[in-house]
Amino acid sequence: MEHTQLQQIAKTVRQDIIREVYSAGSGHPGGSLSAADLLTALYFSEMRIDPAQPALEDRDRFVLSKGHAAPALYACLAERGFFPKEDLVTLRKIGSRLQGHPSMKMLPGVEMSTGSLGQGISAAVGMALAGRLDGGSGRVYTLLGDGELQEGIVWEAAMAAGHYKLDNLCAIVDHNGLQIDGRNEDVMNVMPIAEKFAVFGWNVLEIDGHDFEQILDALEMARKCKGMPTVIVAETVKGKGVSFMEGQAGWHGKAPNEEQAKQAMAELGGEL
Amino acid sequence: MAERIATRASYGKALVELGAENPDIVVLDADLSGSTQTKKFADVYPDRFFNAGIAEANMMGMAAGLAVSGKTVFASSFAMFASGRAYEIIRNSIAYTGANVKICATHAGVTVGEDGASHQCVEDLSLMRTIPGMTVLNPADDVSARALIKAAAAYKGPVYIRLGRAAVPVIYEEGKTFEIGKALRVREGKDAAILATGIMVNEALQAAEMLAAEGIECRVVDVHTIKPLDKDEVVAAAKECGCIVTAEEHSVIGGLGSAVAETVCKEAPCRMAMVGVQDVFGQSGKPGELMEQYGLTATDIAKAVKNCL
Repeated sequence: MEHTQLQQIAKTVRQDIIREVYSAGSGHPGGSLSAADLLTALYFSEMRIDPAQPALEDRDRFVLSKGHAAPALYACLAERGFFPKEDLVTLRKIGSRLQGHPSMKMLPGVEMSTGSLGQGISAAVGMALAGRLDGGSGRVYTLLGDGELQEGIVWEAAMAAGHYKLDNLCAIVDHNGLQIDGRNEDVMNVMPIAEKFAVFGWNVLEIDGHDFEQILDALEMARKCKGMPTVIVAETVKGKGVSFMEGQAGWHGKAPNEEQAKQAMAELGGEL
Repeated sequence: MAERIATRASYGKALVELGAENPDIVVLDADLSGSTQTKKFADVYPDRFFNAGIAEANMMGMAAGLAVSGKTVFASSFAMFASGRAYEIIRNSIAYTGANVKICATHAGVTVGEDGASHQCVEDLSLMRTIPGMTVLNPADDVSARALIKAAAAYKGPVYIRLGRAAVPVIYEEGKTFEIGKALRVREGKDAAILATGIMVNEALQAAEMLAAEGIECRVVDVHTIKPLDKDEVVAAAKECGCIVTAEEHSVIGGLGSAVAETVCKEAPCRMAMVGVQDVFGQSGKPGELMEQYGLTATDIAKAVKNCL
């Protein structure tokens, strides 16, 4: 797929994120918008998946370790055809399949229930081990937040992935530098991210997480890397695409009001 | 005198047999494979054994990932670390997803002995019982442990199985069948009912012998499944005996006693007493000494029955 097409899809994904969070009246727009290009690349170019057969054998699997970016995941799954796009506005409402954080038992296409930070990458390591046992070619992808790296289990999982040389595993860090309480470096410094993964036995790639050429190249290099897992540290902007949300920790977990949502949609080339 | 076998040894044996029967069985451990006996499986099926290192939380996360990819996963550590350290991962990654993971937690209770309070988990049944969809098993001896571990392997979904370090008497005949969720009446009696679980079933049987000598006939029930609790058997005990004493090598808060009380108070109120650890931490000592120290012997059960009559 051409990069321009991916950019167009990413724009739709961002519009859907705003619609979802606005309809819900709560949720996490900042980290969903920062991850939108990475998820678009995975769901519309990289991964071998089939919406008609969500349980397809030997498929690629994606685990949203930063489960609070659920609006971005749901937007991609709906756009890809796993469920009707009309369902997006039911996010966080009672009876909806679109839980505040993803639930695999409720929604087709969700490979792992997440939301409690750090647990996604741990499950992804298990999935990669299972794939190796089965001798399959399916790959496992997982997306982490940078604040999430403060969870100890992330490094337990990173150690295990390095130890077992899981080259069918690719982790992506959405490095937007911000978390709920502020900047990573003020809350709890997570730097240097690349060096940490490297000493845990990972192949490390550093890219601009909003540049499709770099994202796709990195995913291809990850696929070709043998004997070790790959982590792609993607530099991103929290709230990317909506001027008043960009670079603002305050938009981590807050829904826009009607006026703000309208402005956001206008900036993203859509209508509320 | 009955042969004595630790239920963790039963686990090692059952795992090897299961490994031969089912190629989808995968076993994880957290650097305690010699103690938990998963090494028995690792020696025969090294490709299907993964050591998580001393990282119980990640072990449970990996178990979830393997299970949602189609494997039947057995994950083991000491009960303290399996249920305590990894609690939230068990809740959110294993139970919430309905993952087919069997958490076989060894060295439970005070009979872990000399290691002391840091290693004596008397809260695990309570912790695991509150998680929706979790099946909780606590076998009494070698025969029931092997049978229930195999039943757990055949059952789809998360199961917590509590096992012990110390060798305990074999009380069942080889080949006896056990069904998850179905308590087993091991002695008839109408004066009082002793509902016991795990290694306390043996103590309960001894207590019933002592009481019989005094003319008190006790029913003894092996409640090997803490959840789902066999409510019919509990209600029958309440209605037919009028007095229930529970016995567990676990805190009296949240375990078997609580589970029975929850059912009895709703369906058939009767007099009750609970034998168990009384909201305190353990200490170092020999298993037998600790059983006495914390009031977990046949004598303690017999005393509780008499007070309850």
